[in-house]
Amino acid sequence: MARISLSHLGKTFASRHGNVTALADINLEIADQEFITIVGASGCGKSTLLNLLAGFDTPTSGQLTVDGAPVNGPGPDRGVVFQQTALFPWLSVEENIAFGLKLRANRRKGSSEKIVERLLARTGLAAFRSRRPAELSGGMRQRAAIASVLAINPSTLLMDEPFGALDALTRSIMQDFLLEVWEEERKTVLLVTHDIDVAIYLADRTVVMTAHPGRVREIIAVHLPRPRRYEMRSEERFIALRDHVTGIVREEAIKGAIEIAA
Amino acid sequence: MTDSMAADQGVQASSKAGPALADERAEQSSAGAVLTSPRLPLLLAQYAVFPVALIAGWQACAQIGLVRRSVLPAPTDVALVWFDLITGATDAAARYSGTWLDHAAASIWRVFAGFGWGVALGIFAGLLIGLSRIMERVLDPTIQVLRNIPVTAWVPLSLVFFGIGNAPAVFLIGLGAFFPAAVNTTHGVRQINVTLTKAARMMGADERELLFRVILPGALPSVMTGVRLSMGIAWVLVVVAEILAVRSGLGYLLNDAYLFYRNDVVIAAMLSIGILGFISDRIVVLVRDYLLEWNRLETFSGQN
Repeated sequence: MARISLSHLGKTFASRHGNVTALADINLEIADQEFITIVGASGCGKSTLLNLLAGFDTPTSGQLTVDGAPVNGPGPDRGVVFQQTALFPWLSVEENIAFGLKLRANRRKGSSEKIVERLLARTGLAAFRSRRPAELSGGMRQRAAIASVLAINPSTLLMDEPFGALDALTRSIMQDFLLEVWEEERKTVLLVTHDIDVAIYLADRTVVMTAHPGRVREIIAVHLPRPRRYEMRSEERFIALRDHVTGIVREEAIKGAIEIAA
Repeated sequence: MTDSMAADQGVQASSKAGPALADERAEQSSAGAVLTSPRLPLLLAQYAVFPVALIAGWQACAQIGLVRRSVLPAPTDVALVWFDLITGATDAAARYSGTWLDHAAASIWRVFAGFGWGVALGIFAGLLIGLSRIMERVLDPTIQVLRNIPVTAWVPLSLVFFGIGNAPAVFLIGLGAFFPAAVNTTHGVRQINVTLTKAARMMGADERELLFRVILPGALPSVMTGVRLSMGIAWVLVVVAEILAVRSGLGYLLNDAYLFYRNDVVIAAMLSIGILGFISDRIVVLVRDYLLEWNRLETFSGQN
Protein backbone atom coordinates (compact mmCIF):
# COMPACT_ATOMS: atom_id res chain seq x y z
CA MET A 1 0.00 0.00 0.00
CA ALA A 2 1.17 3.47 -0.76
CA ARG A 3 2.53 5.55 2.11
CA ILE A 4 2.01 8.80 0.31
CA SER A 5 -0.76 9.22 -2.18
CA LEU A 6 -1.40 12.17 -4.46
CA SER A 7 -4.51 12.06 -6.56
CA HIS A 8 -5.62 14.75 -9.01
CA LEU A 9 -3.67 17.20 -6.88
CA GLY A 10 -3.76 20.81 -8.04
CA LYS A 11 -2.60 24.15 -6.74
CA THR A 12 -3.63 27.54 -8.06
CA PHE A 13 -2.24 30.79 -6.72
CA ALA A 14 -4.13 34.05 -6.95
CA SER A 15 -1.85 36.81 -8.16
CA ARG A 16 -2.23 40.37 -9.37
CA HIS A 17 -2.19 39.11 -12.95
CA GLY A 18 -4.98 36.63 -12.35
CA ASN A 19 -4.81 33.03 -11.24
CA VAL A 20 -1.67 31.04 -11.84
CA THR A 21 -1.94 27.27 -11.91
CA ALA A 22 1.29 25.92 -10.45
CA LEU A 23 0.25 22.28 -10.32
CA ALA A 24 -2.46 20.42 -12.20
CA ASP A 25 -3.71 16.86 -11.91
CA ILE A 26 -0.72 15.34 -10.14
CA ASN A 27 -1.12 11.60 -9.56
CA LEU A 28 1.56 9.73 -7.69
CA GLU A 29 1.74 6.82 -5.28
CA ILE A 30 4.87 6.57 -3.18
CA ALA A 31 5.69 3.31 -1.42
CA ASP A 32 7.19 3.04 2.04
CA GLN A 33 10.99 3.55 2.03
CA GLU A 34 10.96 4.54 -1.59
CA PHE A 35 13.44 7.15 -2.85
CA ILE A 36 11.64 9.45 -5.25
CA THR A 37 13.24 12.37 -7.02
CA ILE A 38 11.33 15.09 -8.80
CA VAL A 39 13.08 16.82 -11.65
CA GLY A 40 12.00 19.53 -14.00
CA ALA A 41 12.83 22.93 -15.42
CA SER A 42 12.49 25.90 -13.11
CA GLY A 43 8.89 26.97 -12.68
CA CYS A 44 7.46 23.48 -13.03
CA GLY A 45 5.99 23.62 -9.55
CA LYS A 46 8.27 21.04 -7.96
CA SER A 47 8.90 23.19 -4.89
CA THR A 48 5.18 23.90 -4.64
CA LEU A 49 4.56 20.16 -4.61
CA LEU A 50 7.03 19.72 -1.76
CA ASN A 51 5.42 22.56 0.18
CA LEU A 52 2.04 20.82 -0.11
CA LEU A 53 3.50 17.56 1.18
CA ALA A 54 5.25 19.37 4.03
CA GLY A 55 1.96 21.04 4.93
CA PHE A 56 3.26 24.60 4.52
CA ASP A 57 0.62 25.13 1.87
CA THR A 58 -2.76 23.59 1.06
CA PRO A 59 -3.87 22.14 -2.28
CA THR A 60 -6.70 23.85 -4.14
CA SER A 61 -7.92 20.59 -5.65
CA GLY A 62 -7.45 16.84 -5.34
CA GLN A 63 -6.35 14.59 -2.51
CA LEU A 64 -3.10 14.32 -0.63
CA THR A 65 -2.72 11.67 2.05
CA VAL A 66 0.22 10.43 4.11
CA ASP A 67 -0.30 7.07 5.83
CA GLY A 68 -3.94 7.28 4.82
CA ALA A 69 -4.61 10.60 6.54
CA PRO A 70 -4.93 13.93 4.75
CA VAL A 71 -2.05 16.35 5.34
CA ASN A 72 -3.10 18.99 7.81
CA GLY A 73 -0.19 21.36 8.37
CA PRO A 74 3.49 20.64 8.97
CA GLY A 75 4.49 17.94 11.43
CA PRO A 76 7.44 15.92 12.71
CA ASP A 77 6.40 12.84 10.68
CA ARG A 78 7.58 14.70 7.57
CA GLY A 79 11.06 16.13 8.00
CA VAL A 80 11.98 18.90 5.58
CA VAL A 81 15.54 19.67 4.50
CA PHE A 82 15.58 23.15 3.01
CA GLN A 83 17.87 24.48 0.31
CA GLN A 84 18.76 27.38 2.58
CA THR A 85 20.05 25.39 5.58
CA ALA A 86 17.64 25.78 8.46
CA LEU A 87 20.08 26.00 11.35
CA PHE A 88 19.55 28.39 14.25
CA PRO A 89 22.57 30.72 14.19
CA TRP A 90 22.48 31.22 17.98
CA LEU A 91 22.73 27.49 18.71
CA SER A 92 25.76 25.25 18.41
CA VAL A 93 25.75 22.26 16.06
CA GLU A 94 24.89 19.99 18.98
CA GLU A 95 22.05 22.22 20.18
CA ASN A 96 20.72 22.53 16.65
CA ILE A 97 20.53 18.75 16.33
CA ALA A 98 18.81 18.55 19.73
CA PHE A 99 16.38 21.39 18.88
CA GLY A 100 13.52 19.20 17.70
CA LEU A 101 13.94 16.70 20.52
CA LYS A 102 13.48 19.43 23.12
CA LEU A 103 10.08 20.37 21.73
CA ARG A 104 7.06 19.02 23.58
CA ALA A 105 5.89 17.22 20.45
CA ASN A 106 8.98 14.95 20.43
CA ARG A 107 9.67 14.43 24.13
CA ARG A 108 8.89 10.74 23.91
CA LYS A 109 11.36 9.92 21.18
CA GLY A 110 14.03 8.74 23.58
CA SER A 111 17.13 10.09 25.20
CA SER A 112 18.11 13.27 23.41
CA GLU A 113 21.81 12.86 24.38
CA LYS A 114 22.07 9.41 22.83
CA ILE A 115 20.38 10.46 19.61
CA VAL A 116 22.51 13.59 19.29
CA GLU A 117 25.71 11.61 19.93
CA ARG A 118 24.81 9.06 17.29
CA LEU A 119 24.00 11.73 14.70
CA LEU A 120 27.11 13.77 15.49
CA ALA A 121 29.17 10.65 14.87
CA ARG A 122 27.15 9.69 11.79
CA THR A 123 27.58 13.12 10.16
CA GLY A 124 31.24 13.45 11.15
CA LEU A 125 30.50 16.57 13.15
CA ALA A 126 31.51 15.32 16.60
CA ALA A 127 34.63 17.50 16.62
CA PHE A 128 32.54 20.50 15.62
CA ARG A 129 29.71 19.98 18.10
CA SER A 130 30.30 23.31 19.86
CA ARG A 131 30.62 25.36 16.70
CA ARG A 132 28.00 27.81 15.57
CA PRO A 133 26.63 27.34 12.03
CA ALA A 134 28.54 30.43 10.85
CA GLU A 135 31.79 28.66 11.74
CA LEU A 136 31.05 25.68 9.47
CA SER A 137 31.61 25.10 5.78
CA GLY A 138 28.59 24.75 3.49
CA GLY A 139 28.77 20.95 3.40
CA MET A 140 29.06 20.72 7.18
CA ARG A 141 26.12 23.05 7.59
CA GLN A 142 23.94 20.91 5.36
CA ARG A 143 25.02 17.73 7.18
CA ALA A 144 24.11 19.41 10.48
CA ALA A 145 20.74 20.41 9.03
CA ILE A 146 20.09 16.84 7.87
CA ALA A 147 21.10 15.55 11.33
CA SER A 148 18.70 17.96 13.01
CA VAL A 149 15.87 16.59 10.89
CA LEU A 150 16.89 12.94 11.38
CA ALA A 151 16.91 13.56 15.15
CA ILE A 152 13.13 13.73 15.27
CA ASN A 153 13.03 10.48 13.29
CA PRO A 154 10.50 11.40 10.60
CA SER A 155 9.20 8.55 8.47
CA THR A 156 9.39 10.79 5.41
CA LEU A 157 12.18 13.12 4.32
CA LEU A 158 11.23 15.97 2.01
CA MET A 159 14.23 17.68 0.44
CA ASP A 160 14.08 20.83 -1.64
CA GLU A 161 17.28 21.25 -3.67
CA PRO A 162 19.20 20.29 -0.52
CA PHE A 163 22.61 20.54 -2.16
CA GLY A 164 21.84 23.38 -4.53
CA ALA A 165 24.00 25.89 -2.67
CA LEU A 166 27.07 23.62 -2.53
CA ASP A 167 30.03 23.35 -4.89
CA ALA A 168 30.11 20.40 -7.30
CA LEU A 169 32.57 18.26 -5.34
CA THR A 170 30.83 18.73 -1.98
CA ARG A 171 27.51 18.11 -3.70
CA SER A 172 28.56 14.72 -5.02
CA ILE A 173 30.01 13.71 -1.64
CA MET A 174 26.78 14.80 0.05
CA GLN A 175 24.74 12.65 -2.33
CA ASP A 176 26.66 9.56 -1.29
CA PHE A 177 26.27 10.59 2.33
CA LEU A 178 22.53 10.91 1.82
CA LEU A 179 22.34 7.48 0.19
CA GLU A 180 24.28 5.89 3.05
CA VAL A 181 21.94 7.48 5.58
CA TRP A 182 18.94 6.35 3.58
CA GLU A 183 20.23 2.76 3.40
CA GLU A 184 20.62 2.76 7.19
CA GLU A 185 17.53 4.64 8.29
CA ARG A 186 15.21 3.44 5.53
CA LYS A 187 13.01 6.45 5.18
CA THR A 188 10.67 7.45 2.41
CA VAL A 189 12.47 10.24 0.59
CA LEU A 190 11.12 12.80 -1.81
CA LEU A 191 13.86 14.98 -3.24
CA VAL A 192 13.32 17.90 -5.57
CA THR A 193 16.14 18.94 -7.88
CA HIS A 194 16.81 20.58 -11.22
CA ASP A 195 19.94 18.46 -11.61
CA ILE A 196 19.15 15.46 -13.83
CA ASP A 197 22.28 13.51 -12.81
CA VAL A 198 21.34 13.83 -9.16
CA ALA A 199 17.75 12.88 -9.85
CA ILE A 200 18.74 9.61 -11.53
CA TYR A 201 21.67 8.72 -9.31
CA LEU A 202 19.64 8.82 -6.10
CA ALA A 203 16.23 7.59 -7.16
CA ASP A 204 14.19 4.43 -7.23
CA ARG A 205 11.86 6.43 -9.45
CA THR A 206 12.32 9.83 -11.03
CA VAL A 207 9.28 11.98 -11.66
CA VAL A 208 9.82 14.29 -14.62
CA MET A 209 7.59 17.33 -14.50
CA THR A 210 6.43 19.75 -17.16
CA ALA A 211 5.94 23.44 -16.60
CA HIS A 212 2.99 25.91 -16.85
CA PRO A 213 1.11 24.27 -15.28
CA GLY A 214 3.22 21.69 -13.47
CA ARG A 215 2.16 18.19 -14.49
CA VAL A 216 3.73 14.78 -14.25
CA ARG A 217 5.15 14.14 -17.72
CA GLU A 218 6.73 10.78 -17.05
CA ILE A 219 7.68 8.54 -14.14
CA ILE A 220 10.90 6.68 -14.80
CA ALA A 221 11.93 3.64 -12.79
CA VAL A 222 15.69 3.66 -12.24
CA HIS A 223 16.81 0.04 -12.28
CA LEU A 224 20.37 0.62 -11.20
CA PRO A 225 21.64 -1.69 -8.47
CA ARG A 226 21.95 -0.54 -4.86
CA PRO A 227 24.07 0.56 -3.19
CA ARG A 228 24.84 3.12 -5.84
CA ARG A 229 28.45 3.99 -6.54
CA TYR A 230 29.86 7.11 -8.08
CA GLU A 231 31.29 5.20 -11.07
CA MET A 232 27.80 4.18 -12.17
CA ARG A 233 27.39 7.65 -13.59
CA SER A 234 29.65 6.75 -16.50
CA GLU A 235 27.90 3.45 -17.21
CA GLU A 236 25.79 3.08 -20.32
CA ARG A 237 22.53 2.45 -18.47
CA PHE A 238 22.97 5.66 -16.52
CA ILE A 239 23.85 7.69 -19.60
CA ALA A 240 20.86 6.34 -21.49
CA LEU A 241 18.53 7.33 -18.66
CA ARG A 242 20.14 10.75 -18.42
CA ASP A 243 19.81 11.38 -22.15
CA HIS A 244 16.19 10.33 -22.02
CA VAL A 245 15.34 12.65 -19.09
CA THR A 246 17.42 15.50 -20.49
CA GLY A 247 15.50 15.22 -23.75
CA ILE A 248 12.16 15.58 -21.99
CA VAL A 249 13.24 18.41 -19.71
CA ARG A 250 14.79 20.35 -22.59
CA GLU A 251 11.75 19.85 -24.79
CA GLU A 252 9.49 21.09 -22.01
CA ALA A 253 11.73 24.03 -21.17
CA ILE A 254 11.82 25.13 -24.82
CA LYS A 255 8.07 24.67 -25.14
CA GLY A 256 7.64 26.80 -22.03
CA ALA A 257 9.89 29.51 -23.39
CA ILE A 258 7.93 29.64 -26.67
CA GLU A 259 4.62 29.79 -24.81
CA ILE A 260 5.88 32.71 -22.75
CA ALA A 261 7.16 34.48 -25.85
CA ALA A 262 3.87 33.95 -27.71
CA MET B 1 18.80 31.28 28.53
CA THR B 2 20.70 28.23 29.69
CA ASP B 3 20.92 27.25 26.05
CA SER B 4 22.70 30.39 25.02
CA MET B 5 24.97 30.25 28.08
CA ALA B 6 26.01 26.73 27.28
CA ALA B 7 26.54 27.78 23.68
CA ASP B 8 28.75 30.67 24.71
CA GLN B 9 30.99 28.35 26.63
CA GLY B 10 31.01 26.03 23.68
CA VAL B 11 32.35 28.63 21.31
CA GLN B 12 34.97 29.79 23.78
CA ALA B 13 36.13 26.23 24.12
CA SER B 14 36.14 25.73 20.38
CA SER B 15 38.22 28.84 19.73
CA LYS B 16 40.93 27.28 21.88
CA ALA B 17 40.93 24.25 19.60
CA GLY B 18 43.02 26.30 17.21
CA PRO B 19 43.16 26.65 13.46
CA ALA B 20 43.86 22.95 12.85
CA LEU B 21 40.18 22.10 13.24
CA ALA B 22 38.76 25.42 12.19
CA ASP B 23 37.28 26.03 8.81
CA GLU B 24 38.67 28.81 6.65
CA ARG B 25 36.58 31.59 8.11
CA ALA B 26 37.43 30.85 11.70
CA GLU B 27 41.08 30.53 10.75
CA GLN B 28 41.12 33.86 9.04
CA SER B 29 39.49 35.71 11.88
CA SER B 30 41.66 34.24 14.64
CA ALA B 31 44.88 34.66 12.66
CA GLY B 32 43.81 38.16 11.68
CA ALA B 33 43.21 39.14 15.30
CA VAL B 34 46.69 37.99 16.32
CA LEU B 35 48.45 39.74 13.45
CA THR B 36 46.63 43.04 13.45
CA SER B 37 45.88 43.80 17.11
CA PRO B 38 48.41 46.46 18.18
CA ARG B 39 50.49 46.04 21.33
CA LEU B 40 49.18 47.59 24.55
CA PRO B 41 51.12 50.91 24.63
CA LEU B 42 50.16 51.65 21.04
CA LEU B 43 46.59 50.70 21.86
CA LEU B 44 46.45 53.10 24.80
CA ALA B 45 48.03 55.84 22.71
CA GLN B 46 45.32 55.38 20.07
CA TYR B 47 42.65 55.79 22.73
CA ALA B 48 44.33 58.79 24.39
CA VAL B 49 45.46 60.91 21.47
CA PHE B 50 42.21 62.68 20.67
CA PRO B 51 40.88 63.45 24.19
CA VAL B 52 44.33 64.61 25.33
CA ALA B 53 44.65 66.94 22.33
CA LEU B 54 41.15 68.29 22.95
CA ILE B 55 41.80 69.05 26.62
CA ALA B 56 45.23 70.53 25.87
CA GLY B 57 43.73 72.84 23.25
CA TRP B 58 41.00 73.88 25.65
CA GLN B 59 43.55 74.55 28.43
CA ALA B 60 45.66 76.63 26.01
CA CYS B 61 42.65 78.74 24.98
CA ALA B 62 41.92 79.50 28.64
CA GLN B 63 45.61 80.14 29.53
CA ILE B 64 46.30 82.69 26.78
CA GLY B 65 43.05 84.45 27.57
CA LEU B 66 41.35 83.78 24.25
CA VAL B 67 38.09 83.48 26.16
CA ARG B 68 37.41 84.91 29.64
CA ARG B 69 37.84 82.17 32.23
CA SER B 70 34.47 82.91 33.85
CA VAL B 71 32.88 82.22 30.47
CA LEU B 72 35.05 79.23 29.55
CA PRO B 73 36.86 77.93 32.62
CA ALA B 74 40.06 75.96 32.06
CA PRO B 75 40.01 72.17 32.39
CA THR B 76 42.05 72.55 35.59
CA ASP B 77 39.37 74.87 37.05
CA VAL B 78 36.68 72.38 36.15
CA ALA B 79 38.68 69.54 37.68
CA LEU B 80 39.05 71.38 40.99
CA VAL B 81 35.36 72.28 41.15
CA TRP B 82 34.39 68.75 40.17
CA PHE B 83 36.57 67.32 42.94
CA ASP B 84 34.84 69.57 45.48
CA LEU B 85 31.41 68.78 44.04
CA ILE B 86 32.03 65.13 44.75
CA THR B 87 33.96 65.30 48.03
CA GLY B 88 32.97 68.65 49.59
CA ALA B 89 36.62 68.99 50.69
CA THR B 90 37.72 72.37 49.31
CA ASP B 91 34.56 74.46 48.95
CA ALA B 92 35.64 75.35 45.40
CA ALA B 93 32.06 74.68 44.29
CA ALA B 94 30.67 76.88 47.08
CA ARG B 95 26.91 76.25 47.50
CA TYR B 96 27.17 73.06 45.42
CA SER B 97 30.03 71.62 47.45
CA GLY B 98 29.61 67.89 48.14
CA THR B 99 26.21 67.59 46.43
CA TRP B 100 27.32 65.56 43.41
CA LEU B 101 26.50 62.11 44.73
CA ASP B 102 22.91 63.04 45.59
CA HIS B 103 22.34 64.65 42.21
CA ALA B 104 23.97 61.78 40.33
CA ALA B 105 21.98 59.19 42.27
CA ALA B 106 18.74 61.05 41.56
CA SER B 107 19.51 61.18 37.83
CA ILE B 108 20.60 57.55 37.65
CA TRP B 109 17.47 56.41 39.45
CA ARG B 110 15.21 58.38 37.07
CA VAL B 111 17.05 57.15 34.00
CA PHE B 112 16.76 53.51 34.97
CA ALA B 113 13.17 53.78 36.21
CA GLY B 114 12.05 55.47 32.99
CA PHE B 115 14.23 53.28 30.80
CA GLY B 116 12.88 50.19 32.57
CA TRP B 117 9.20 50.77 31.95
CA GLY B 118 9.71 52.33 28.52
CA VAL B 119 11.83 49.47 27.21
CA ALA B 120 9.68 46.75 28.77
CA LEU B 121 6.50 48.17 27.26
CA GLY B 122 8.29 48.94 23.99
CA ILE B 123 9.51 45.38 23.55
CA PHE B 124 6.07 44.04 24.41
CA ALA B 125 4.35 46.34 21.91
CA GLY B 126 7.00 45.60 19.30
CA LEU B 127 6.43 41.87 19.69
CA LEU B 128 2.66 42.26 19.35
CA ILE B 129 3.01 44.37 16.21
CA GLY B 130 5.72 42.15 14.75
CA LEU B 131 3.83 38.92 15.36
CA SER B 132 0.33 39.95 14.34
CA ARG B 133 -0.89 41.87 11.33
CA ILE B 134 -4.07 42.66 13.28
CA MET B 135 -2.10 44.20 16.14
CA GLU B 136 -0.07 46.09 13.55
CA ARG B 137 -3.26 47.68 12.20
CA VAL B 138 -4.52 48.37 15.72
CA LEU B 139 -1.36 49.81 17.28
CA ASP B 140 1.17 50.78 14.68
CA PRO B 141 -0.40 53.90 13.11
CA THR B 142 -0.89 55.47 16.55
CA ILE B 143 2.66 54.66 17.58
CA GLN B 144 4.04 56.05 14.33
CA VAL B 145 2.19 59.34 14.80
CA LEU B 146 3.09 59.70 18.48
CA ARG B 147 6.70 58.80 17.69
CA ASN B 148 7.00 61.93 15.58
CA ILE B 149 6.05 64.22 18.45
CA PRO B 150 9.32 65.25 20.12
CA VAL B 151 9.22 64.02 23.69
CA THR B 152 10.03 67.55 24.84
CA ALA B 153 6.64 68.58 23.46
CA TRP B 154 5.10 66.36 26.15
CA VAL B 155 6.64 68.45 28.94
CA PRO B 156 3.73 70.88 29.48
CA LEU B 157 1.09 68.15 29.62
CA SER B 158 3.19 65.90 31.82
CA LEU B 159 3.69 68.79 34.29
CA VAL B 160 -0.04 69.44 34.30
CA PHE B 161 -0.81 65.78 34.93
CA PHE B 162 2.00 64.78 37.27
CA GLY B 163 3.04 68.06 38.90
CA ILE B 164 6.64 68.76 39.89
CA GLY B 165 8.69 65.74 40.96
CA ASN B 166 9.93 62.34 39.89
CA ALA B 167 6.71 61.28 38.20
CA PRO B 168 6.88 63.58 35.14
CA ALA B 169 10.61 62.86 34.76
CA VAL B 170 10.13 59.09 34.80
CA PHE B 171 7.14 59.46 32.48
CA LEU B 172 9.07 61.51 29.92
CA ILE B 173 12.12 59.26 30.00
CA GLY B 174 9.99 56.14 29.63
CA LEU B 175 8.08 57.68 26.75
CA GLY B 176 11.34 58.46 24.97
CA ALA B 177 12.73 54.97 25.65
CA PHE B 178 9.52 53.30 24.45
CA PHE B 179 9.69 54.17 20.75
CA PRO B 180 13.15 52.89 19.77
CA ALA B 181 12.51 49.67 21.70
CA ALA B 182 9.10 49.16 20.03
CA VAL B 183 10.16 50.01 16.48
CA ASN B 184 13.34 47.91 16.58
CA THR B 185 11.61 44.94 18.18
CA THR B 186 8.98 44.98 15.42
CA HIS B 187 11.75 45.10 12.85
CA GLY B 188 13.62 42.30 14.62
CA VAL B 189 10.60 40.00 14.53
CA ARG B 190 9.86 40.80 10.90
CA GLN B 191 13.37 40.11 9.63
CA ILE B 192 13.59 36.59 11.07
CA ASN B 193 14.41 34.12 8.33
CA VAL B 194 11.17 32.37 7.34
CA THR B 195 13.08 29.12 6.78
CA LEU B 196 13.78 29.02 10.53
CA THR B 197 10.15 29.44 11.53
CA LYS B 198 9.14 26.86 8.92
CA ALA B 199 11.77 24.44 10.22
CA ALA B 200 10.59 24.88 13.81
CA ARG B 201 6.96 24.29 12.85
CA MET B 202 7.95 21.26 10.80
CA MET B 203 9.71 19.80 13.84
CA GLY B 204 6.51 20.24 15.83
CA ALA B 205 7.04 23.52 17.69
CA ASP B 206 3.83 24.98 19.14
CA GLU B 207 3.17 28.73 19.25
CA ARG B 208 4.88 29.19 22.60
CA GLU B 209 7.96 27.24 21.59
CA LEU B 210 8.10 29.18 18.35
CA LEU B 211 8.05 32.45 20.31
CA PHE B 212 10.63 31.53 22.94
CA ARG B 213 12.98 29.35 20.91
CA VAL B 214 12.90 31.08 17.52
CA ILE B 215 11.27 34.52 17.47
CA LEU B 216 12.80 35.99 20.63
CA PRO B 217 16.38 34.86 20.04
CA GLY B 218 16.09 35.73 16.35
CA ALA B 219 14.80 39.23 17.09
CA LEU B 220 17.30 39.88 19.85
CA PRO B 221 20.02 41.63 17.80
CA SER B 222 17.51 44.20 16.64
CA VAL B 223 15.87 44.45 20.07
CA MET B 224 19.25 45.24 21.63
CA THR B 225 19.86 47.96 19.05
CA GLY B 226 16.58 49.51 20.18
CA VAL B 227 17.48 49.12 23.85
CA ARG B 228 20.77 50.90 23.25
CA LEU B 229 19.07 53.81 21.49
CA SER B 230 16.55 53.95 24.34
CA MET B 231 19.35 54.26 26.89
CA GLY B 232 20.85 57.16 24.94
CA ILE B 233 17.52 58.96 24.77
CA ALA B 234 16.94 58.36 28.49
CA TRP B 235 20.02 60.41 29.36
CA VAL B 236 18.94 63.22 27.04
CA LEU B 237 15.50 63.35 28.58
CA VAL B 238 16.61 63.14 32.20
CA VAL B 239 18.38 66.48 31.70
CA VAL B 240 15.35 68.03 30.02
CA ALA B 241 13.09 66.74 32.78
CA GLU B 242 15.39 67.90 35.57
CA ILE B 243 15.71 71.39 34.12
CA LEU B 244 11.94 71.74 33.92
CA ALA B 245 10.26 69.44 36.37
CA VAL B 246 12.40 68.52 39.39
CA ARG B 247 14.67 70.19 41.92
CA SER B 248 17.40 67.55 42.03
CA GLY B 249 19.63 65.65 39.65
CA LEU B 250 22.53 66.59 37.41
CA GLY B 251 20.23 68.41 34.99
CA TYR B 252 18.91 70.52 37.86
CA LEU B 253 22.50 71.17 39.07
CA LEU B 254 23.50 72.22 35.56
CA ASN B 255 20.58 74.64 35.18
CA ASP B 256 20.93 76.06 38.68
CA ALA B 257 24.67 76.68 38.23
CA TYR B 258 23.88 78.38 34.91
CA LEU B 259 21.48 80.76 36.71
CA PHE B 260 24.22 81.54 39.22
CA TYR B 261 26.79 82.00 36.43
CA ARG B 262 28.98 79.11 37.59
CA ASN B 263 30.11 77.79 34.22
CA ASP B 264 32.75 75.62 35.89
CA VAL B 265 29.96 73.74 37.70
CA VAL B 266 27.92 73.65 34.47
CA ILE B 267 30.79 71.96 32.63
CA ALA B 268 31.44 69.57 35.52
CA ALA B 269 27.74 68.60 35.45
CA MET B 270 27.82 68.20 31.64
CA LEU B 271 30.84 65.93 31.80
CA SER B 272 29.25 63.95 34.64
CA ILE B 273 26.20 63.33 32.46
CA GLY B 274 28.43 62.36 29.57
CA ILE B 275 30.39 59.88 31.65
CA LEU B 276 27.34 58.32 33.33
CA GLY B 277 25.63 58.06 29.95
CA PHE B 278 28.74 56.42 28.55
CA ILE B 279 28.88 53.90 31.42
CA SER B 280 25.17 53.11 30.94
CA ASP B 281 25.78 52.52 27.26
CA ARG B 282 28.73 50.23 28.03
CA ILE B 283 26.52 48.20 30.37
CA VAL B 284 23.95 47.76 27.58
CA VAL B 285 26.72 46.83 25.13
CA LEU B 286 28.18 44.29 27.58
CA VAL B 287 24.79 42.66 28.06
CA ARG B 288 24.25 42.69 24.31
CA ASP B 289 27.63 41.14 23.53
CA TYR B 290 27.04 38.49 26.17
CA LEU B 291 23.62 37.57 24.78
CA LEU B 292 24.61 37.92 21.13
CA GLU B 293 28.02 36.32 21.03
CA TRP B 294 26.79 34.25 18.09
CA ASN B 295 25.79 37.28 16.08
CA ARG B 296 29.36 38.57 15.75
CA LEU B 297 30.26 35.48 13.76
CA GLU B 298 27.93 36.46 10.96
CA THR B 299 28.41 40.20 10.76
CA PHE B 300 31.08 42.66 9.77
CA SER B 301 32.83 43.71 12.95
CA GLY B 302 35.39 46.13 11.58
CA GLN B 303 39.01 46.00 10.45
CA ASN B 304 42.07 46.72 12.59
